[in-house]
Amino acid sequence: MTSEIIIQAIVTGLMMGLIYALIAAGLSLIFGLMEIVNFAHGEHLMLSMFSSFWLWSLFGLDPLFSIPITILLLAFCGVITHYFLIRYILKAKMLIQICATFGLSIFIRSIAQLLWTPDFRNVDKPLLEGRIEIGSVFIGQPQLYASLVCLIAFFGLYWFVTKTETGLALQATAQDRHAAEILGIPSNKMFAIGWAIGLGCVGVAGGMMANYFFIFTDVGINFALFAFVAVALGGFGSIIGCLYAGIIIGLVESLGGLLIDPSFKLLYVFAIYLLVVIYKPQGLFGRY
Amino acid sequence: MLLDVKNIDVLYDDFQVIWDVSINVNKAEMVALLGPNGSGKSTVLNTISNLVEHKKGSITFDNTLISNIPTYKRTELGISHVLERRRVFPHLTVKQNLLLGAWHPRAKEELSNSLNKVYKIFPKLETRSDQLAKTMSGGEQQMLAIARGMMGLPKLLMVDEPFLGLSPMVMKDLIKIFKNIVEEGISILFVEQNVRLALSMADRGYVLESGRLVIDGKSEDLIDNEKVTKVFLGN
Repeated sequence: MTSEIIIQAIVTGLMMGLIYALIAAGLSLIFGLMEIVNFAHGEHLMLSMFSSFWLWSLFGLDPLFSIPITILLLAFCGVITHYFLIRYILKAKMLIQICATFGLSIFIRSIAQLLWTPDFRNVDKPLLEGRIEIGSVFIGQPQLYASLVCLIAFFGLYWFVTKTETGLALQATAQDRHAAEILGIPSNKMFAIGWAIGLGCVGVAGGMMANYFFIFTDVGINFALFAFVAVALGGFGSIIGCLYAGIIIGLVESLGGLLIDPSFKLLYVFAIYLLVVIYKPQGLFGRY
Repeated sequence: MLLDVKNIDVLYDDFQVIWDVSINVNKAEMVALLGPNGSGKSTVLNTISNLVEHKKGSITFDNTLISNIPTYKRTELGISHVLERRRVFPHLTVKQNLLLGAWHPRAKEELSNSLNKVYKIFPKLETRSDQLAKTMSGGEQQMLAIARGMMGLPKLLMVDEPFLGLSPMVMKDLIKIFKNIVEEGISILFVEQNVRLALSMADRGYVLESGRLVIDGKSEDLIDNEKVTKVFLGN
């Protein structure tokens, strides 16, 4: 095995990892804010890919240009998810909360299958196409741009949460809902903002992946599973933890596939998950 | 009259914890809410903030009926509430905690003024402004919580167990600070278990027992009152 192949695997893993990181950051933000796990995160990712697909297929908009629309659609989807579902289960028992978002995932997936059939689709001849060759390492252009955009979005999110006034209010609500409320910060509004941003992240990732990924109704499942692993690995409620965790997962997936056996790719990732849960349940950067 | 709580009943699910309690606070007055553990003192403050709903009775603040106004809108009206056990945001810095205290537009306008003012009252907060709140001692966190409450430009500052776990030195400082706050025209309503300490500071006091008002009056009348002693020492 030559070093080029390993470098190739590292590059591929890194690019995938940045996408996982952003998806996980959305999940982590929502969880950190209201301690609700969005089990429909993968379905939201699927919706964002379909949004990109339909905007291309019906209106001829290239995914690169439709991405702001996709982000807004997903953010809006986040707000209505909060308004019509989450708001009612905030004080409910954990099992009910799990069933609610898990039920939402099945609901969204079934509706999608009904409306769009389970066919695999893809965007034909997007603007971002082809690959770059550096030595003997190939980098797909759409993959490269997707990961860069996700990285930028990630730091944008980090900046927003740590530096802006609304971001601070989000953190305050996450740390102590009642103490924040008493200072005048309306938690319900903060929760809605959290959902909008959390799904907005998924909008970025899905919109960019529509350039090169097959689009079908079950596409989100693996991504959501990886996002759960990333959140646990990075530490619940830690956004920066998601970045490291996403990259680790991407690398383990691609290097494990290369060095051991590609058919067990998922196994390596979930082995990490088990190790984290057993030896460092608070994750790498966790507070809990 | 700044705050007028009239005949409130409070229930947690079906379990009644407050029975027909009425209290009031005048402008620039320091009022103590006294009672043994579990007598419902904190619940009364939480009801005034609407963290807990009341079933009967009314709450009027500054001549406005506020019974149904949500918690987050009350800061803007002029009620700041420092919750029991400080409840600062542990993973934010001292300064970020203070900034969040000035959330409504009127407070934001005054932000730099208020910040200077609380730094003057609590100089330690300025030297530690970039430190995470969780790394501060209990006394410092209490100072931060009170300072954060002041950032909202309150007319009424409600403080739940301000002296809990404080050293005598810090306690002395805080008593002085309370007096200065009242001198500026801000009213203070505070919850305390130490009757002597509370009545030595406050203008008036209310004594609760098992959710019912037992006695109220001027501090000097309460301090050696037999009924008050009975509540705290039993029969």
